[in-house]
Amino acid sequence: MADKKIYGVSALFNNPDTITSAAKKVKEAGFTKWDVHSPYPLHGMEKAMGLKPSMLGIVTLICGLSGTAIALFFMWWTMSVDYPMVIGGKPFFALPAFIPVTFEVTVILATVSTVVAMFALFFQLPRNEFPLHDTDYMKKVSCDHFGILIESDDPKFDEESVLGLLKSFDPIQTGIVYHREKVTYPIFEPKFLTFLAGTAIVVSLGTYLTLNKLLFLDPFNWMMEQDKIIPQSRTEIFADQRGMRVPVEGTVARGFIPYPFMGETNPTEVLSNPYVPTEKNLALGEIKFLTYCSPCHGNYGDGDSRLRGQFPNPPTLHSNRARDFSDGWIYHIITNGQNVMPSYASQITREERWAIVNYIRVLQRAKNATDSDLEFVRAGK
Amino acid sequence: MSSEEITYQKKELPSSISKIGMGLLVIGIILGVIAFFSDHTRASFNYLVSYTFMISIGLGSLFLVALEYAAGAVWSVPIRRVVEFFAATIPLLAILVIPLLFNMHDLFHWSHAEAVAEDKILQGKAPYLNIQFFIIRVFVLIGLWTLFYLFFVRNSKKQDETKEQKLTRNNIRLSVIFIPVFAITITISAIDWLMSVEPHWFSTIFGVYFFSGTVIAALAAATLATVLLKENEYLHPKITNDHLFSLGALLFAFVNFWAYIAFSQFLLIWYADLPEETFWFLQKWEGSWAIFSILLIIIHFIVPYAMLVSNPAKSDPKRLKFISIWLLFAHLFDLYWLVMPEAPGMENGYTFSWIDFVFPILIIGLIIIVFNFKAKKDNLLPIGDPKLKRGLDFHL
Repeated sequence: MADKKIYGVSALFNNPDTITSAAKKVKEAGFTKWDVHSPYPLHGMEKAMGLKPSMLGIVTLICGLSGTAIALFFMWWTMSVDYPMVIGGKPFFALPAFIPVTFEVTVILATVSTVVAMFALFFQLPRNEFPLHDTDYMKKVSCDHFGILIESDDPKFDEESVLGLLKSFDPIQTGIVYHREKVTYPIFEPKFLTFLAGTAIVVSLGTYLTLNKLLFLDPFNWMMEQDKIIPQSRTEIFADQRGMRVPVEGTVARGFIPYPFMGETNPTEVLSNPYVPTEKNLALGEIKFLTYCSPCHGNYGDGDSRLRGQFPNPPTLHSNRARDFSDGWIYHIITNGQNVMPSYASQITREERWAIVNYIRVLQRAKNATDSDLEFVRAGK
Repeated sequence: MSSEEITYQKKELPSSISKIGMGLLVIGIILGVIAFFSDHTRASFNYLVSYTFMISIGLGSLFLVALEYAAGAVWSVPIRRVVEFFAATIPLLAILVIPLLFNMHDLFHWSHAEAVAEDKILQGKAPYLNIQFFIIRVFVLIGLWTLFYLFFVRNSKKQDETKEQKLTRNNIRLSVIFIPVFAITITISAIDWLMSVEPHWFSTIFGVYFFSGTVIAALAAATLATVLLKENEYLHPKITNDHLFSLGALLFAFVNFWAYIAFSQFLLIWYADLPEETFWFLQKWEGSWAIFSILLIIIHFIVPYAMLVSNPAKSDPKRLKFISIWLLFAHLFDLYWLVMPEAPGMENGYTFSWIDFVFPILIIGLIIIVFNFKAKKDNLLPIGDPKLKRGLDFHL
């Protein structure tokens, strides 16, 4: 036992006041490598021991700030530079929307790094060789006693004088803590480790070969592999190698009547209106006018667009010129387009187009009513 | 209990304090009357800012008292009287409200019957926003607060003599009832006084927003008074920097809370981008109000945050004194920012007027007088409180 190295000299106390005054005296005696152990935090102990404020806060600050920087940089790069996208009409660098994420990343990086830094840098865990493990001293100070331990590494350390100093504080017990002998664990022996690695390799290789080579079955994919040509795919059957066929020339879709004047800016003759302006027909025309025409032409055809100048405003539909257009001419403009107005042939069906023409006629008459019209209204109809 | 008796010798505050308070109050009243006669619209809006500041100080302090009882806090017991003295301004709210009620038509668009007749939104809000119900609400709320204040203080003062533990228990029960009442009433007063200045606008978080500022103002006032009293040795010597640290930490927490709530309110409105909500913020971005809006973020969050974030700042009396004065100003600035852009003639930006400085002088004088009056009458230390010894021995 004589060759055991001393780790330090310890003293136990049974109330917080005596240990606080003892800590003060140990500090005054000029020791630097010593520590106090208690089952719970003692108020005023940092002052008694002369401890400096922990540097842990700086780790938190740096990691928190880098969290802020990383989050902001990430969002700025992805949302404003690399793949800018308009989301909800907000600017590419929408700072208010980024703040919650920045806040969360800051907090999570600051807290997690604080905990990790505390364990890894400040406590330096795991310390399996720590001499206080499983000592009576440690059992007592983690339950109901308070202890001081002066380490033998301290430059002023001298076993006799330290014992004398600690005894002068009137402790309930003093003791000497020795370094632990180096323990060798049989499970860390090279032979056993080689055996373990070998077993792991054999088992995984065996499992791999059994499941993937010996017992391999194709997954069920009969639905996927069928002998047919699917849309948008290539085939060798036809000369042009297209899987999808073009309809025979002159084919007309059901319910569709071809428009003969398509593309002509000024056909000499146009169609005549085949629809009578019934109430039902006008109601259809109103709905379609408000849906497709009113964004540019305005709700009453005044040419007061809702698009705030993002698209040139069309002229009013109540000019003399527009009122003199024949039904077929208006139908032609809707179908074919005119100037910047595109063709609406694919959005609005034939019947709906004629209904719109009828509705425009209603608007024109309402906006330019004659006295006789007013009398008609006054008469109650 | 402990064998050590707490020795407390009551010390009178110097007479100069009441002179300063009186002086400020008289100057404030004279200038205030002149202000109301020279420009009564501007004066009523400015008076509203100062009045809501008074609500903040009084009601916030009463909330802090209730919080101490409900949470069983120990550290704040030795300085509870300081907070109670500030809460003594609550009964005065009933008198201070009178100039506002006489100038309601200047302040509140919804109080004009002809404006409501043309406005569908105001018609929808009329069952709540009408003059009769408004006045009833104002006085019922002030009455409720005064009642709670009187109960709290009566129990607390009686305990100085009788040292009965039962009184603490009574106050705990009272505070558990008061806190929900406080939550509802402060929301109502925030809506009535601050939100209804622009009656078309609404924000469901607004009550919490006002609450966060209120607690900052009350805490800052308590911190300032504690530091000043401690420096001049009117408080018990065992009230240490550790007590101040707790106040500083609470201030720091509520500065963050205010920023969190203010930003939450802004973010949702900014993101949803609905015209019926955004116009309120756009009004505060009009002309020179934009500078005020940016200054608000700096004054109310960034600067106090930077000043309070480090550990020593929270317990250093000198720094705390500066920060608490700063935060009291910040809360006043916040209320000014809430109210003044809605004032007629100020829609396009801030215009300077001497009236801005009148009413803060008045209420500072008034608060000093009330505090001094209460400090003369009552002990500065709740000597009968069973938690007092533990409170004085409080260490971090």
